[in-house]
Amino acid sequence: MKPSVNSKRPETLKTKNNIDKKLKIQSRTENLSVIREFIQSAAEEVGMKPGVTEDVMLAVDEACTNIMKHAYKSYPDGEILLKLKYSDHKLTIIIVDYGNSFHPENVPDPDLQKYYRQHRVGGLGMYLMKTLMDEVSYNSVPGKYNEVYLTKYLNNSH
Amino acid sequence: MAEFSTSIKDKGNVSIIYLNGYLDAHTAPQLETNFSELIDRDKYNIVVNFTDLHYISSAGLGVFMAYIEKIRENEGDIKLSSMSDKVYNIFDLLGFPLLYEIFKSEDEAISKFKETGNVENKK
Repeated sequence: MKPSVNSKRPETLKTKNNIDKKLKIQSRTENLSVIREFIQSAAEEVGMKPGVTEDVMLAVDEACTNIMKHAYKSYPDGEILLKLKYSDHKLTIIIVDYGNSFHPENVPDPDLQKYYRQHRVGGLGMYLMKTLMDEVSYNSVPGKYNEVYLTKYLNNSH
Repeated sequence: MAEFSTSIKDKGNVSIIYLNGYLDAHTAPQLETNFSELIDRDKYNIVVNFTDLHYISSAGLGVFMAYIEKIRENEGDIKLSSMSDKVYNIFDLLGFPLLYEIFKSEDEAISKFKETGNVENKK
């Protein structure tokens, strides 16, 4: 949308058009709150709506929880690197780990009736990530690193 | 940071778990402990009050799945109440309203136990 002289956007709402941030943390669940705060603060910088920010925070939480539990099998000293980029109304978060590689194609969509019988859940996090983000993709180089790409387009939603 | 806390209050034969803060993979074990302790005390009529819960991830949702069958096998139930729209949306996205009764208020949830006869002793 072109800026208009009559734009109602308040002058005080100065938001950034580009950001590029990184966060390196250890694979322990107590860091999930640190991860969410990192996302929230970046989202505020680019003027994202609170509802969209919450969706992105949850998707990133789910991705990192999966890494902690599965890639690092709850080993607390694994490294997780979050790279967050925003430009052209597109927010991308790349989450890198150096743990066990992951095969997203082997994870089916959740079936609650089945989980009910098994007293467990699995795949809920991946399903939420797919639902809450515009794009989710995975890149794995076994024995080296794994990457999850989470993308949200903000043109229509912020 | 005190990011999650719970408290439990018994009202008649119904136990209410109040959730406060952020329920994620780090804090979910605390809620698991609450359910285990209630089950150990043979308390199977449980209402979970979400008024002060700001955030839930799938690890938090998983806790409800882990205990529901055991509780229903003992003629009880977990009923949920007072969720913000934001938290309800996450439950809804994953299809939880098919498995759990969700009420606007704690009182409604408690009275549902009375209707279904799960509360035998009147206070």
